[in-house]
This record gives sequence, C-alpha cells and structure tokens, in this order.
Amino acid sequence: MKRFIHLGLAATALVALPQLGFAQDEPAPGFDEIGPYIMTTLLFCMAGFLVFFMAAGFAMLEGGLVRSKNVTMQMTKNIGLYSFAAIMYWLIGFNLMYPGDGWIMAGWVGPFFSQTVLDPVGVAAADAALDYASVGSDFFFQLVFVAATASIVSGALAERIKLWPFLIFVIVLTGVMYPISGSWQWGGGWLSEAGFSDFAGSTVVHSVGGWAALAGAIVLGPRLGKYGKDGKVTPMPGSNLALATLGTFILWLGWFGFNGGSQLAMGTVGDVSDVSRIFANTNMAAAAGAVTALILTQVMYKKPDLTMVLNGALAGLVSITAEPLAPTLFGALWIGAIGGVIVVLTVPMLDKLKIDDVVGAIPVHLFAGIWGTIAVVFYNGDASLGTQLMGIIAYGVFTFVGALVVWFILKAAMGIRVDEEAEISGLDTTELGMEAYPDFSKG
Amino acid sequence: MKLIIATIKPFKLEDVREALTGIGVRGMMVTEIKGFGSQSGHTEIYRGAEYAVNFVPKIKLEIAVAAAMVDQVVETIANTARTGKIGDGKIFVMDLSQAMRVRTGETNDDAL
Repeated sequence: MKRFIHLGLAATALVALPQLGFAQDEPAPGFDEIGPYIMTTLLFCMAGFLVFFMAAGFAMLEGGLVRSKNVTMQMTKNIGLYSFAAIMYWLIGFNLMYPGDGWIMAGWVGPFFSQTVLDPVGVAAADAALDYASVGSDFFFQLVFVAATASIVSGALAERIKLWPFLIFVIVLTGVMYPISGSWQWGGGWLSEAGFSDFAGSTVVHSVGGWAALAGAIVLGPRLGKYGKDGKVTPMPGSNLALATLGTFILWLGWFGFNGGSQLAMGTVGDVSDVSRIFANTNMAAAAGAVTALILTQVMYKKPDLTMVLNGALAGLVSITAEPLAPTLFGALWIGAIGGVIVVLTVPMLDKLKIDDVVGAIPVHLFAGIWGTIAVVFYNGDASLGTQLMGIIAYGVFTFVGALVVWFILKAAMGIRVDEEAEISGLDTTELGMEAYPDFSKG
Repeated sequence: MKLIIATIKPFKLEDVREALTGIGVRGMMVTEIKGFGSQSGHTEIYRGAEYAVNFVPKIKLEIAVAAAMVDQVVETIANTARTGKIGDGKIFVMDLSQAMRVRTGETNDDAL
C-alpha cells in the first residue's frame, strides 16, 4: 500500500478563516463523514506511541550489547539522536518528505525549509482533512519512523565514535537524507510512480539506516583489538544480556505500531481488519526469525547464542515490514525465518570483511531489509521483482554514497573517532566523566 | 600450624564447606578467582566467532589448621571436590608461623 501524499497545510489554512461564519448553520456531521478521520487519527496516535517506544528498545538493546565502560555514552547518543531527529523533522524533514504540490524537482526533491504547521486549535470538521487524519497525528507518526532510522546507525558505530560528529550525522540523515529518499516512495515521488512497493519501510526506513551504518562502520574502522593481524576475531561480549533482551521485546512491541499504523487508515471494516492482520503477520515473522536463529546457532555452534536469537527476531520483523498485509500467516513465517537465517550467516561474514558492527544492525536492518523488499513479490501481485530491485539499488546508492560523503567530511573537519586511550578506558569516563555502573567492580 | 590453599570448581563450594565443618574445621576464607592450570582454559563462541577463555572461574579456599589435622582436611577437600574431569583444582599446604584471634589475643593453635 502506498502512503497518502501529505497535503500541504497551506490549503487548509487558507480556507479556514472564511468558512468559520458558515459552520454554525450546517447540520452536525454524522459518523460516516468524520468517523474515518477520527479513527485514522487515533490509529496514528496509538501506533506513534508504540513506534516512539522503539527508541527505548534500541537504547536497551544497544546498552546491553556494548561493554559496561561505554553504556552511558550509548544512552546519551540514543536520547540525543531521538531528540535531534524530532526537531529536524519539524524544521525540514516532514514537508521535504511529503511535498504535496511543493516539489522543487518533481518526484525527486521536495521543498527545503518548509516547517510543519499543525491544524489550528479546535479545528472544525469542515476544515479538517476528512479523507485522512489530523496533521499532528500524521507528523508525529512519521517522525518516530525517522528516529528509528537514526537509532540503527548508533548501534553499529558504538564504542568508538565521538558524540558530536555522530549527532551531526544524525541531523543530516534525519533532516535531509532520509526525507529526500523517503519522498521518492511515500511522498508520491518517482519510485512510487514506477510501482515500487514498500509498505512500512523495509527499504525506506530499515535499509536506509543500514546503509548509513555500513558507510559509517567502514569510515570509522573496527574497535581496537576486534580483529587480530592473523585475521582472528576477538569477541567483545555485551555488558547486560537481560537489557538486550528487554530491548528486543520492546522493539517487537513497537513494531505492531510500525507496521500496523502503516495501513494509514482505520475508518472501514476492511482497514481495521487489515491492521489486525498486519499485527498477526508481524508477530509471526518475529517468532519465526527468533526460532530459526535459535535452532541454527544450536546446530552450527553446539550452543544457542542469545544475541543471535535477539537479532533473529528483529530480522524477522524487518523482513515482513515491506509487506506485512498480503501474506498468509504461513507466508509471514517463512519470510521471517529467512530473515533469521540471513542474520546468523551474515554476522560472521561482516567480521571476515573486518566491518565491526557492534549490535548486528547491518545484518538485521540492511540485509534483512533487502530480503523483505524482494519478498514483497511473493504475495503482492502488484509488485514486480525488477521494480523492487530498482528501488533497493536507488536507496542503496543514494544513502550509501551520501553517507560516505558526510562521514568523510566529518572525519576531515573534526575527526569522528576517539583516541586510543579513551577507547581502551571506555567512552563513559573519558568523554563524559560519568559511569553507567559506578558501584560495580570491573569485571 | 599449616595453611591449606585449595582451588576448586565453584559448584563444589557448598559440598566442601559441609564436609569440612563435619570434620571440625571451624573457619575458612573463600575468594572467587580466575586462573588456569593444565586445563589451559577453553573456547567459547560469541556471535559466530570463537574465542579462548584463558582464565577459568574457580573458588580459592584458605584454611588454617593445626598440624595434626592437615592430612584429614586435604583428603576431605580432595574427595569432596573431585569430579574426575579436568579442572578439578589443586591443593597446596604450607607452614604457618603465627596466628592470633583478634578479639581475645589468643595465639597459634588456640587462635584457630
């Protein structure tokens, strides 16, 4: 399902005042007229809360998978990135991503510096976008998606990147890069015209985060001591697997809002039923991804690896995100299961390439995101493999090259990596002067 | 007086404590330690990468006993802590030149 094109606020604002005088004389609108608006607005608010909570999920997952000496820094990055993303999406992002009639370059680039304006206080039914939802709910719902993209980057680059260059990258990513590429599909741009299909963002959100993370991990380099000269990989086990598990469950919960809310309508029996269908499929894919990783690590390594099982659940979720509506429950199961396989096989592959991804963000969000976008063709008759691949490549080239350029500029301008001593001592004490667990002895 | 230092597998601590109090040992010091012996650690896998655990967690016991009790205590520790598998630990015995109970000022065997 394609997203509705966001209608610029200008139109609403212009007609608001002249119509005020007539509002009193008209009969009160019935449920048929305003019901869908109210229900869809409610859907956006509730789904938005759930997706917002994914920020907590990412924070806990990352906090659990980094070493205890870097936990305070990881939490600082997480709340910082969410908050910067929220501001940037108001300042530039939202209208850049949903240009309506305001394209600068039709189908490719929307308007810069067009801030989001909410509906007026107590907007009358006649002045509301009755065929859709309130601006506030739409804006909020879209905003929490961009924050998810930025969270993906923070996990991959953990334990060695400086705080401020990272946050500057987040500002560029959430204010400019993600909205431009997002407008191609969800803003009604050229990819949407071409027939590309990405229901809730396997590509638009997840692989974009993954590409940006991959570019960052390459420019930044691996953590000290991660890869020996003989090619040996030194694992750096996370500080708290209970937190990592909590984070995964929070993300799983948030995903119901992520995918369910992307139905973008709840005003009819068909729509509300579709939302529930999406919930069921989303859950199935996550479970299948987790079980697959559990069994696969047991078979391959003789012991199950919890961190892989957590990644497997998330990969299942990412895999179903491009088409959570059309598949049967069995379809969701096998699509999610393949996501789990992808994670278990590609985490060691990245290590072979000496690309250090602390939390497995690239396998989960990029590789499973690509798989999910391809998998759309199995259950959605409107999608074609060629167009899906074109979309995957377009997002990959734009985001990966764009991110590389930004990372290199940041590296040249201010340096993106902490010095050796700070990295070994931990970023918490050296960069922040504050430990996450000051009362614990060093393990 | 002798000082017995024993390293044992952590899960055997309760059994050893029980057996030693059973034969009249009235005190011991317990420390959680890491180390390696002929077992030389082992390997684990984290996220698909194998790594060596060079230092294995053990429990260190330090027990001061009268010379007459040494053989019995060593034997009891060995019999209780033994699983027959690699990594059961070691027991060292050394001379102890002096001891004092802080509260009363009693010394040597009276202090044990």
